[in-house]
Amino acid sequence: MHRTGELYGQFQTLDQQKESATLGMWVFLVTEVLFFGGMFLTYTINRHAFFTAFGIGSNTLDIQLGTTNTIVLIMSSFTMAMAVWSAQVGKKKLVPLFLILTLALGCVFLGIKAVEYNQKFEHHLVPGRNFDMAYRSSHPAPGDDAKEIALEKREVEEAFAADPDTNAHAQLYFSLYFAMTGLHALHMIIGAGLLIWLINASLRGRFTPQYNTPVEVIGLYWHFVDIVWIYLFPLFYLIDRHR
Amino acid sequence: MPEHSEHIVSPKVYVTIFLALIIGTSLTTWAAFQNFGPFNIVIAVGIATTKATLVVLYFMHARYSSKRTKLVIVCALFWLAIMLALTLSDYQTRGRDQSRFAPPAQSSFSA
Repeated sequence: MHRTGELYGQFQTLDQQKESATLGMWVFLVTEVLFFGGMFLTYTINRHAFFTAFGIGSNTLDIQLGTTNTIVLIMSSFTMAMAVWSAQVGKKKLVPLFLILTLALGCVFLGIKAVEYNQKFEHHLVPGRNFDMAYRSSHPAPGDDAKEIALEKREVEEAFAADPDTNAHAQLYFSLYFAMTGLHALHMIIGAGLLIWLINASLRGRFTPQYNTPVEVIGLYWHFVDIVWIYLFPLFYLIDRHR
Repeated sequence: MPEHSEHIVSPKVYVTIFLALIIGTSLTTWAAFQNFGPFNIVIAVGIATTKATLVVLYFMHARYSSKRTKLVIVCALFWLAIMLALTLSDYQTRGRDQSRFAPPAQSSFSA
């Protein structure tokens, strides 16, 4: 393609080129909003229909890990924003530094998520044959907090007394939990791949105050993924904690 | 279009927004443990929306974007609102007993 410096032939100015790219990214993000929006809608309808089962399901999630992950992701959004700033003001050495920090925080997030998923397998909370809401409170591990286990046991017993199909309905909660956090994690993994490419290019001094569109555009994507988590966190971890 | 219309957001603004997001996270976690009755979910979604708005406006530079970009962002919210409002109003007007939408009870599910 014909290119003069950083300006591709079909554009008249660098500003126009950059606005086209960011506008394109925003159009993609609109489709993402509706994509995730559909899942949040499914969640809302089922949460309403199976209120108790969703509540006890939510209370099995580890709130410390969830809160930590929220803060980690917000920090990664901040470092991403700083990477964009560094590129805009021409601090070429800071760009890869902030991008590497962003990638590292993204990996911490995914690591914590993996720990959480593993817990769900151990507690028989993955939808399927072995799913059992009552498993964990009746098979406590040595390290578990006895008071919390007793609370969970009582909660689960009450839920089963009120609704014998609690296991079926709680599976809906966990199906949505894995589908939505899994899809979010997939976006994070794609984001991490994009960051690796950005780090590579920034180490070669590719981004300047005149041309930093890729940093800006991937930044938009990364912040969007952060926003999805900002909604996932309260809706999955915090809905029934006031007991 | 004016040359170099790009607005550079300063690190000071980014730090402020970052701190606001951390405060929002603490606040929503704290609020979740209080009993506000039916308002718990309203507070949770309210704080999340405030946080999301800050991210869009400052981290994603929407506040400093062209009118065209702003229109695209508003479109996303508008279409999302249509999807949520019409589907939820449909479900809300189908009567109280929504358990009939549940999958049939299977003996294999019960412990």
